Amino acid sequence: MQKPRLFHSSTFRLAVLYMALFSTSVLLLLGFIYWSTAGYMVRQTDATIEAEVVGLAERYDRTGLPGLTALISERMAREPGSPILYLLADRNFQPLLGNLDHWPKGNEPKTGWLSFRLEDDRHPAGKGHPARARLFNLEGGFLLLVGRDVNELEKIQQLIASTLVWGLAITVVLALLGGTMISRRFLRRIESINDTCRDIIYGDLSRRIPVRSADDDFDQLAGNLNNMLDQIEALMAGVRQVSDNIAHDLRTPLARLRNRLEALREQVTEEGPRELLDQAAAEADGLLATFKALLRIGQIESGSRRAGFTEIDLAALLQDVTELYEPLADEKGQHIELELAASEPIRGDRDLLFQAFANLLDNAIKYTPENGRIRIELTGTQVSVADNGPGIPEEARDKVFQRFYRLEQCRTTPGNGLGLSLVAAVSNLHNARIRLEDNEPGVRVILNFSEQNG
Amino acid sequence: MRILIIEDDADTADYLAKGLRESGHLVQLAANGKEGLFLALEEDFETMVVDRMLPGLDGLALIRSLRAAGKKTPALILSALGEVDDRVEGLRAGGDDYLVKPFAFAELLARLDALLRRSDSEITAQTALKVGDLEMDLLTRVVRRAGRQIDLQPREFRLLEYLLRHSGQVVTRTMLLENVWDYNFDPQTNVIDVHISRLRSKIDKDFNRPLLHTVRGAGYVIRAEA
Repeated sequence: MQKPRLFHSSTFRLAVLYMALFSTSVLLLLGFIYWSTAGYMVRQTDATIEAEVVGLAERYDRTGLPGLTALISERMAREPGSPILYLLADRNFQPLLGNLDHWPKGNEPKTGWLSFRLEDDRHPAGKGHPARARLFNLEGGFLLLVGRDVNELEKIQQLIASTLVWGLAITVVLALLGGTMISRRFLRRIESINDTCRDIIYGDLSRRIPVRSADDDFDQLAGNLNNMLDQIEALMAGVRQVSDNIAHDLRTPLARLRNRLEALREQVTEEGPRELLDQAAAEADGLLATFKALLRIGQIESGSRRAGFTEIDLAALLQDVTELYEPLADEKGQHIELELAASEPIRGDRDLLFQAFANLLDNAIKYTPENGRIRIELTGTQVSVADNGPGIPEEARDKVFQRFYRLEQCRTTPGNGLGLSLVAAVSNLHNARIRLEDNEPGVRVILNFSEQNG
Repeated sequence: MRILIIEDDADTADYLAKGLRESGHLVQLAANGKEGLFLALEEDFETMVVDRMLPGLDGLALIRSLRAAGKKTPALILSALGEVDDRVEGLRAGGDDYLVKPFAFAELLARLDALLRRSDSEITAQTALKVGDLEMDLLTRVVRRAGRQIDLQPREFRLLEYLLRHSGQVVTRTMLLENVWDYNFDPQTNVIDVHISRLRSKIDKDFNRPLLHTVRGAGYVIRAEA
């Protein structure tokens, strides 16, 4: 039974999709929260600075420079530890008054907002607090800078940002878990449908998909599939009925015909008619054997025999087949080599596997010339039967598994063209792979059971 | 011996009855399951032939009821299905042998004979088997003919043992495959014949009177008289 790998599973894909959607939504939400909290604080600071600048500018307009310096000095004196920064400078950026030692380096625009680092005695170079300020050009060429130490503000912003990042991370994890749980819930039902399908493929046609009482989409799907299976089963039962009828209606009278020929032969004393009757009985036997083989292949192909699979020791089975056929090969002066390297148990139908290997060995003995060599090898779960007979031409290798197909040069040898068809049917029943190779000379038939449980 | 045939198909039933009567048996026919079960319970038959598909009561249910009632009459089940799991099912239901239609009459006769003998021989645990001057010691696993020891391969020993256990009875090739090789399959060639001829060359070749005989159209038999 093949389970889908994690990254290919729909569970995984659905969970990732769910996580992506959920995380994007949360990211947008958190962005908004950041904008409305941290952003609000920045805007508040800017508004305070703006108001201060406007106030100071008005004072300058009314009272000129002396009034302005007095106000600045008053403000600084009132709150010595205040984060508000003031600096009044002349047109050459030389400080006249303020709580900043010098004009911020590298910031010499005439007007607008600027960000810089405070670098003075309290704050050594590179470690100064961040600051934000507004520049204002006073009439008379003076420059006024009003700013604010935004260290605390930035710390709070960082705190908010890191909280939001953690929030996002937790969201991703929760979304992944939630997504997995929800998709599992749905996919478990698909999996149950799949399990049932597999059982049916393996021949248990009576299995049905469980239907819950919810009557949701899945139940409707299960219901539809079950109805379909009912119909298929009914049709198959019909087909089986027909083949049983063939068995009954054609084989039984054929067998009776054969037995009557036999009975008649016992009553006839003349040699000529006896021989004819023998030949007629032999023809009937051939027909019966063909019927039997055809019906048998049909039964094997229906897959119903999988239900009776048991653990099979291929090595023991091959020993038994070889032992059964060895005298036959001996009669033709052929030699059968049996090499059992390593054997792994497989699941299968003992009688059918024996039949398949017997057919292969029978073919090998039949088509290999006198003193030929036949080699049976078992490695793990792979069986090969090779001979040094005439072989099978490459273009015919696919056809030999078809029913009634016989090679031109084999038409004179007895056989019904069903032997290899039966081998192929048994191989399919066991999920084995069958292939023909050139044994140079001869043919090598390889049956590989390794994919059986994969 | 008295044989009960429970078979709904009149042609098959007549054919069986005729053949068995010609072989010297007393035959009683039943055309459906209920009648068959009634007869099997009321009267004593040495063996019975039961069709699997019967109107009224199917063959397996019939045998199950019979066994539940304590009747041990050996039963041979006839079936048109011929699947191995059906066979197993049939034997599990209490059937003693299983034969798929169509069959050669000789096959059925041989199997019925084997069933009758089995009910006799199962009672006594044998330690030695003997036909004419051929002896098989089941404990030491030594085979002698006219005092001379014969070396046999393990499978040849089992083959001979099966033949000896059914000495005087015809055993068919499929019976040998099922019981000596323990596989139920269809050999395309007469592989069994080759094994028999090997065995024959060991036990019969150097002696005047052959013990192992071929029965044309049926199988083989081991017996002292020709």
